[in-house]
Amino acid sequence: MSFKVEKRQELDLRLFYLTPVLAVVLTVLSGFLLFLLMGYDPFLGIYYFFISPLLSSYGLAELGLKASPLILIAVGLAIGFRANVWNIGAEGQLTMGAIAGGGLALALIDVQAFWVLPLICVAGIIGGMAYAAIPAFLKARWDVNEILTSLMLTYVATLFLSTLVFGPWKDPMGFNFPQSEMFAESATLPIVLEGTRLHLGVIVALLVAVTGWVLMTRTIIGFQIRVVGQAPAAAAFAGFSRKRMIWLSLLTSGGLAGLAGLFEVAGPIGQLIPSISPGYGFTAIIVAFLGRLHPIGIIGAGLIMALSYIGGENAQVEAGMPQAVTGVFQGLLLFFLLASDFLARYRIRFEAHTAKRKEALAP
Amino acid sequence: MNDALVLGLITVVSAATPLLLAALGELVVERSGVLNLGVEGMMLAGAVTGFAVTVTTGSATLGIICAMAAGMAMAFTFGVLTLSLMANQVATGLALTIFGIGLSSLVGAGFVGIAIEPLPKLNIPGITTIPVIGPLLFGHDILIYASIALTGGVAWFLKRSRPGMILRAVGESDESAHSIGYDVIRVRYMAVLFGGLMAGLAGAFLSLSYTPLWIENMTAGRGWIALALVVFATWRPWRVLFGAYLFGGVTILQLASQAADWFDVPSQVMSMLPYVATILVLTIISAGPWRTRLNAPACLGKPFRPAS
Amino acid sequence: MTATPTRLELRAISKRFPGVLANDSVDLNVAAGEIHALLGENGAGKSTLVKIIYGVLHADEGEMLWEGETVKVADPHAARNLGIGMVFQHFSLFEAMTVLENIALGIENPGDMNALAERVIEVSHAYGLPLDPGREVHTLSVGERQRIEIVRCLLQNPRLLIMDEPTSVLTPQEVERLFETLRQLSTEGVSILYISHKLDEIKQLCDRATILRGGKVVDSCDPKQETAKSMAAMMIGTEVRPLSQREGSSSEKIRLEVQGLNLDSDHAFGVTLRDVTFSVREGEIFGIAGVAGNGQNELFQALTGERPVHIAQEILIDGMAAGRMGAAARRRMGMCSVPEERNGHAAVPEMSLTENFILSGYGRMGLLSSGFIRNDAAEELSRRVVKDFNVKTAGVGASAGSLSGGNLQKFIVGREILQNPGVLVISQPTWGVDAGAAAAIHEALFALAEKGSAIIVISQDLDELMALSDHLAVINMGSLSKSMVTAKASIDEIGLLMGGLHGMTEHQPGPNGGNANVV
Repeated sequence: MSFKVEKRQELDLRLFYLTPVLAVVLTVLSGFLLFLLMGYDPFLGIYYFFISPLLSSYGLAELGLKASPLILIAVGLAIGFRANVWNIGAEGQLTMGAIAGGGLALALIDVQAFWVLPLICVAGIIGGMAYAAIPAFLKARWDVNEILTSLMLTYVATLFLSTLVFGPWKDPMGFNFPQSEMFAESATLPIVLEGTRLHLGVIVALLVAVTGWVLMTRTIIGFQIRVVGQAPAAAAFAGFSRKRMIWLSLLTSGGLAGLAGLFEVAGPIGQLIPSISPGYGFTAIIVAFLGRLHPIGIIGAGLIMALSYIGGENAQVEAGMPQAVTGVFQGLLLFFLLASDFLARYRIRFEAHTAKRKEALAP
Repeated sequence: MNDALVLGLITVVSAATPLLLAALGELVVERSGVLNLGVEGMMLAGAVTGFAVTVTTGSATLGIICAMAAGMAMAFTFGVLTLSLMANQVATGLALTIFGIGLSSLVGAGFVGIAIEPLPKLNIPGITTIPVIGPLLFGHDILIYASIALTGGVAWFLKRSRPGMILRAVGESDESAHSIGYDVIRVRYMAVLFGGLMAGLAGAFLSLSYTPLWIENMTAGRGWIALALVVFATWRPWRVLFGAYLFGGVTILQLASQAADWFDVPSQVMSMLPYVATILVLTIISAGPWRTRLNAPACLGKPFRPAS
Repeated sequence: MTATPTRLELRAISKRFPGVLANDSVDLNVAAGEIHALLGENGAGKSTLVKIIYGVLHADEGEMLWEGETVKVADPHAARNLGIGMVFQHFSLFEAMTVLENIALGIENPGDMNALAERVIEVSHAYGLPLDPGREVHTLSVGERQRIEIVRCLLQNPRLLIMDEPTSVLTPQEVERLFETLRQLSTEGVSILYISHKLDEIKQLCDRATILRGGKVVDSCDPKQETAKSMAAMMIGTEVRPLSQREGSSSEKIRLEVQGLNLDSDHAFGVTLRDVTFSVREGEIFGIAGVAGNGQNELFQALTGERPVHIAQEILIDGMAAGRMGAAARRRMGMCSVPEERNGHAAVPEMSLTENFILSGYGRMGLLSSGFIRNDAAEELSRRVVKDFNVKTAGVGASAGSLSGGNLQKFIVGREILQNPGVLVISQPTWGVDAGAAAAIHEALFALAEKGSAIIVISQDLDELMALSDHLAVINMGSLSKSMVTAKASIDEIGLLMGGLHGMTEHQPGPNGGNANVV
């Protein structure tokens, strides 16, 4: 027996959408091994991590709460990744959205009106867009690598937020803690499930995913994005502007990340603090890939990655496991996913040596 | 030249060394046509491994060796995914960084707060005490000398040696290299492993010498700055050295001004300096005429699979 | 034939790729000192076979004998150690490296670089193929690049030299020069395996020919005893159908006018277009000849709007200034195009035929309603292309990449013709396409011209241009010659315009010998 690896003439779509499931299974299996290595009861570890959060309505609500920023950001990133635009600074755009919208909320802290919430949402979107406009401009104008610029800007944004909450925006009544005043009622997202922290953002995230799906599959804009990403020369042939796609994908992903940031500060946090996200902007990259850059797939992927956050917290509380396990799982998941892609794109053919060849070799 | 200036220059060189080591490794990787964005993750793996092994065994030498091995192990994972399984290089590099951050904080959890002796300095009695030249040229730790020697070594390897010529050829045209009989995948594996080794070494320098401590996520974006440096240097080793020292300068300027309160701005604003400088430098290089970009390896980031 | 010893013998070589049997039990004998032609259409399996001989590919079945002994060629190093050299069709060179480095990479034991440089100069002069070892490859013309490959082989003292379609990138004069070198080598006892589908060349040069069709050896002959027509019949398997004769256009209405077109090169290895002027009338087919890399790509981009030019008046479509318009706007004005590269330029290989129809047809064919794509209409139209142009495919849902070269080209050409273009710019219309598809494409172009379109054909295949075009002009280093009536043009004159023997003089001073305008 020998085997041969051949490129499939067409991508096996069934496998393409099945392999993310395989990747999740492999990640859970390696989680089992990891827990064993770390000296925990692996069954208990798996239970705390992947199962017990799903058993309470509180846990499920938290799942939705954490999945919504991931979905919002990942839908935007997926559009960019399809166009071969690698915005990996969503975390920075998220921060800038929170600063822009949150700053406005602080300015309007005494205003009790229905329009405050929509207004700060718009400010959040604009904040994220404006920040993503920097790498967009640099890439469209001079072809500066957007991976590096958007990432560098993330560090800058985090420092900027901390400048503000340690300085001018610090709550004067806050016992000198680095945090702003709490936002007014009018600048806080309504809760959709009584008794939990699940807010309006989850509905917005689902709507955005569906809109993203229609955009990518039914419209000429989605078509242009796909062509620019898959075959830049064909895009030039068709007359699709690559620069426009750079702007479009960075502004969309920046705006959505900004909105996600605003939702965090106007939702569960309720004020500006130095650290507003447990790395949603980076995790959303994994979500986008796990969801196969498909907006509907991203909903499922967002829920799975949200589970890794909640499971991590749960395992920390219940079994004293270090929180870093979450990061390891996220990295492993992406590795397995990328590796299993190979199965969808290549065929492995086992073949017995033919009789003919044996004859030929005989003297 | 006064003592403060000498001391300043020395700190600039220390701040630059991790950048230089990591960027030299990535330069070789990119010259072979592979883009590994996982430098940050590999550096963290090196930093935590170097620190943990040094604390556990008491041997910094063993720590450094294990740090390099850890960087190589990470790089090998990247190689299997991108070179053998043809995964997207950008996505895999990101995965490597995310994984490296998670794994290093998991492994390092038990080592937070432990202090160690920094790497020994190369002290030569009688010479190190010569004014100005003595402290400037001597009395540093071995990795600083190694980084400069490695710059020369990489430059020589790429320009003068036959394996270096083959490596450049593979990065220039994988198809051509394959059709005249070179094993493209093998050459790229070697380059990727070297990149991992150097990133691991850079990490070890951080946790064993620069700040002899383990702090979660202690690279703070240095892996990414190293990637930018390779572009800044237009894929040439000696320019990487120059760029790294320039960035070391920016870092030290920022620290010094914070300490001395030179400018009336919050410390965070000064901390933004290296990141903003990176963006500026990248823009200046990219906006330059295409001739400055001529050196970019033609096959950078493109997957290759030979027919056989 | 029995008197001369056999240098290379292949026995029942088979090689399978996914979905295709590229070589089917091929037998081949090459004698010492013989110039042996391997003749066949594109896709007949010639390149696969020689790559197996050179060790780049490995046969699934069969054996190879070198001077009477069974050998296994693991890789090109092993081939070179046996004494086999190969000049690739798409060169195996490294643009950003020097001539010397390129040569050192392609030989075993290059030794000291300075000594090697001297040997390069020595050998290259001995065979009339002058080279400057210090030059970087991207500054050289295509002909000079080929010399690197040949000299690289000669330095190894080969006993078998494989040449894969060596003349497709040369001017007629350069071809003559190459043939002299090959004959000289042959008298020195070197065997030459010469791959081509150009019958006249084979008649001129080769002692024997083996004909491949569909991966099988179908015949062998002495080219000197055959006519081009009889060899073509063996190669294609049927009688070649002559192109339908057509009357040239008599209309005076100019559909495309290009006036003093200038365009700077946009990348390091590009060519700058200078003062390109020509016009094409209704019903006329206008040919643009030239050696590859002389500005054809840039001209295509400038004409189609992939790269708009600075002055609107430099390009007039039906009298309207269009120079500053992008590709989509020019398409709306009636200018359609077919780029040279099918996969990735004219079509997106991963996308379905329907989606590939939308790619260029969405505007002209009304496939959009307020930004949404009318999928049914697009599917309907792609079905029509498939039917009208006899495209062999599993359906319009199949990906473009799954089609054979000829079928995909028919789909692409059909897609543009269905849009009823006023002006059609088509680059290398039948490159890498089988004879049946090529004839169909030529007929379709004639029919389109008949209906009053102006057609611009950019091609490196002079025979094709002579057969298709009413007028033609030659592009060389970014400048276009005066246009001439095809029927009255001589091959010699065209050859000289294509660059003649440029670069063949001893040691050219300065960096202006190449075609790249690197200043």
